[in-house]
Amino acid sequence: MSGSAWNTWILTLVTFIPLAGAVLLLFLPRRDRDIKWFALFVSLITFALSLHLPTYLHRGQPGFQFEINIPWIPTPNIHYHLGVDGISMWLVVLTTFLTPLCVLISWKSVHERVKEFFILLLILETALLGVFVSLDLFLFYFFWEFTLIPMALIIGMYGHERRVYAAVKFFLFTMIASAFMLASIIFLYAKTGSFDYVTIQNAVRDGASFGITGHALGWLFLGFFVAFAVKVPIFPLHTWLPDAHFEAPTAGSVMLAGVLLKMGTYGLLRFNLGLFPDQSRQNQSWIMVLAIIGIIYGALVAMVQPNLKKLVAYSSVSHLGFVVLGIFSFTQLGVDGAVYQMLNHGVSTGALFMLAGIIYERRHTFDLDEFGGLATPMPIFAAFFLFITLSSLGLPLLNGFVGEFLVLSGAFQAKMIWGILAASGVIWSACYLLWMYQRVFFGKVKHSVNNTLPDLSARERAALWPASIAALVMGVAPVLWLNIIDPAVHSVLAPLAQTTAQVVR
Amino acid sequence: MISAAGLVAILPLVLLAGTPVALMLIIAVHRSHRMALGLTLLGLAASFGSLWIAADVVPQRVTALLRIDQYALVYFGMIIAATIAVAGLAYGYLEQHAVEKEEFYILLVTAALGAAVLAASSHFVSFFLGLEILSISLYALNAYIYSRKTALEAGIKYLVLAAASAAFLLFGMALIYAAVGTMEFGHMAELMMETAGPNRTLLLPGLAMVITGMGFKLALVPFHMWTPDVYQGAPPPVAAFIATVSKGGMFALLLRYFYRLELHNYAPIVAVFTIIAIASMLGGNLLALLQSNVKRILAYSSIAHMGYALVAFIASGMLAVEAVTFYLIAYFVTIIGAFGVVTVLSNGENDAESLQAYRGLFWRRPALAGVMTAMLLSLIGIPVTAGFIGKFYVVAAGASSSAWPLIIVLVISSSIGAFYYLRVIFALYAGAPETAERPAEVAPRMAFGSSVLVVLTLLLIWLGVYPAPLLHVIRAALPG
Repeated sequence: MSGSAWNTWILTLVTFIPLAGAVLLLFLPRRDRDIKWFALFVSLITFALSLHLPTYLHRGQPGFQFEINIPWIPTPNIHYHLGVDGISMWLVVLTTFLTPLCVLISWKSVHERVKEFFILLLILETALLGVFVSLDLFLFYFFWEFTLIPMALIIGMYGHERRVYAAVKFFLFTMIASAFMLASIIFLYAKTGSFDYVTIQNAVRDGASFGITGHALGWLFLGFFVAFAVKVPIFPLHTWLPDAHFEAPTAGSVMLAGVLLKMGTYGLLRFNLGLFPDQSRQNQSWIMVLAIIGIIYGALVAMVQPNLKKLVAYSSVSHLGFVVLGIFSFTQLGVDGAVYQMLNHGVSTGALFMLAGIIYERRHTFDLDEFGGLATPMPIFAAFFLFITLSSLGLPLLNGFVGEFLVLSGAFQAKMIWGILAASGVIWSACYLLWMYQRVFFGKVKHSVNNTLPDLSARERAALWPASIAALVMGVAPVLWLNIIDPAVHSVLAPLAQTTAQVVR
Repeated sequence: MISAAGLVAILPLVLLAGTPVALMLIIAVHRSHRMALGLTLLGLAASFGSLWIAADVVPQRVTALLRIDQYALVYFGMIIAATIAVAGLAYGYLEQHAVEKEEFYILLVTAALGAAVLAASSHFVSFFLGLEILSISLYALNAYIYSRKTALEAGIKYLVLAAASAAFLLFGMALIYAAVGTMEFGHMAELMMETAGPNRTLLLPGLAMVITGMGFKLALVPFHMWTPDVYQGAPPPVAAFIATVSKGGMFALLLRYFYRLELHNYAPIVAVFTIIAIASMLGGNLLALLQSNVKRILAYSSIAHMGYALVAFIASGMLAVEAVTFYLIAYFVTIIGAFGVVTVLSNGENDAESLQAYRGLFWRRPALAGVMTAMLLSLIGIPVTAGFIGKFYVVAAGASSSAWPLIIVLVISSSIGAFYYLRVIFALYAGAPETAERPAEVAPRMAFGSSVLVVLTLLLIWLGVYPAPLLHVIRAALPG
């Protein structure tokens, strides 16, 4: 294949190889060992291929790259239109990076219907990748809704005691919210005659000539916002998240926190900011307030959790609050930081869920009171846990610091008080994470059963090393990522800057 | 006189009519269930194949009664294909029961003929003939497992209510005839425009009564009372048939009738349909919430789905016919698939209708649970299934004529609907994985039904992912 053919088809390949793998798995005999190796192989191939994107992306070039645009359904005019910019490309890589780790971490924790589990996991990967690469709104919605099924089934079939309740709650919350987005998408189609992202973007800018009134734009903004806000989740729409996280199996939590929530923040950035710059500005203040409430509320609730997994789940609410804060600061620094924080959160919180899962496999509980002094029997585990905890709470030289720093700078630029309030979240997160760490690892071993716990196996280390290395490199050399993110964010913010100029004038 | 081309055009109908006759003759000589099925499938396949022959000569008016055009042929195709699927499912089901099996197929194909006549009808006479051919066959089909009380109840309920609604229909037709002096749809439109004075007052009650008759067959609220009981009592393949073929034929007629008579210009009629659509969507979904019987859930869900199809129909924009037809096709595949799972799970004593029968199905028979999941997801309207594209089309058709209130009701009621579908889906996967592991008992008799399910599932996904070829066919098919 020539270079240009690669560039055209690479996104299709990356997106659908997991699905092809899932279909092949369907026909493999039920030998669990082979199935696991095969799933690992498929997810690694996908990861390797996805590295093509950062390697060959043209940094300076604005707009979308690696585009492919062919008609899919003639009327209504729906295209198979894929493409990435500096923002979505990293989310693609994040997804392909986390999936092999999920395979590794599920190696022993899934015993029954192993084949179906890995099929669902691979289908989930395809659906998530599809969300990030779609540039046709119909296609986007297609993948967006489709992520629900594998995720709900992973929670509902392989989760803990109240798994069905959690799965139904997750499904209904997100489905009902995305119905509003569907209505908005169809309204846009009815007015513009297109589902194409770029076409609609231009049409909305030129709203009057398509008969789209400012009033309608306000509702459209909200339609998209609700769908994304539930996914992020933004306070007060977050109530499905703790249940879903807690009941999900480890790999489900990793994918949920690592990638699925990013669909929401990605959507806010791509669609709310990208399509409706004026409305974004009009709605900025209350969204910022909700984001700050989310940061502080998530942190406070996390602090009082007696349960390791719920604690990490609430910390997600808090951390995602930072991302929303950065996005709606409308500053270059803030949005850069938000995008970076999306990746950080995927790596760090994904790893935290893996660690929680590892300990659950040994003790079958997440109850913090059951632990204590684990550093003695499990020193390597404690080291990894410490490293990831520090990365999550934003220690300088690790990834979390860069993201939070940028987001807070952006928030300060936007309005001082937002920055001050949000900055307190950094302190809270240090409190609950370190306190959690202390309760699990320090002191004497309270329960004698904990003395006999085996330390990490080679497989578990293999799952944790990549995440830890990523956390370190992203903390030391953020420029590798920001170089690519920055121009993409710049072009997202350009129309917002124009509207500001107009307002000032 | 019927021209040669006319004869070619009605070839599918002739073959449909010939099949039951041939069956009857053969049964008189030699009874064999397998042979009866084989002959039925052969006849249906021949009829299906003849659609392409007929396609070369359409549009054709065949006497004043029938109008065979591309539109009619598309609906013929849907009806015949659905009947093939139902016959395939019924085989294994009938094998389990001590009844005469061969006559089932006679009734089935006759009912399909009735539905096909409806789809091609352009005259009140053929409308009524088609309806009665369909209904009378269904009376017997509903009560086919006559040793069961519920089946008899279903048969009698259907008989009484269908007869009552047919009376309404006839009276309505008579009133319209009295007002305009024709029974042919083609002329009716202009004559209705010209009608004035006292005759005009007859027109509206006449139309209302015709709508009542149609509403009964389509099981729209408030004419839906029979639906859950009949679906519950009838053999599951027959329930699938009533939900699809019977409704599909009637919907085809409804579209043609509206299109010809330009009833969109009559504000009261549009208002009535709007109310019916809203009531059906909300009523169907809300009532389904209370059920724990899978057949009844599907019955109420089918009420709601007819309401969704009405949304596109009322919107009547560019996309309307296309949207309705695609929606119905998606709905055909889905409902037959869902009832197919019910059929395959049923045994000689009980139909698999209580939710309990589905609990943990995945751990026992994963493939079957997968098929049921796909069908239910399609009913919710989740991507990759035909139901998603169908629902999307309906909403797009509504949006293109700015029917926002209807769309809002559709969105709200389908969110409500998701809840009870999810209940069934998660029942399929419930139960601790460790406790299950009974050997999967696949009745060999159901092998045929299972292969039908595989085909339906593939069709469901194909339509959900690449509907373009089918849409191409549908687009050319406008009711004339």
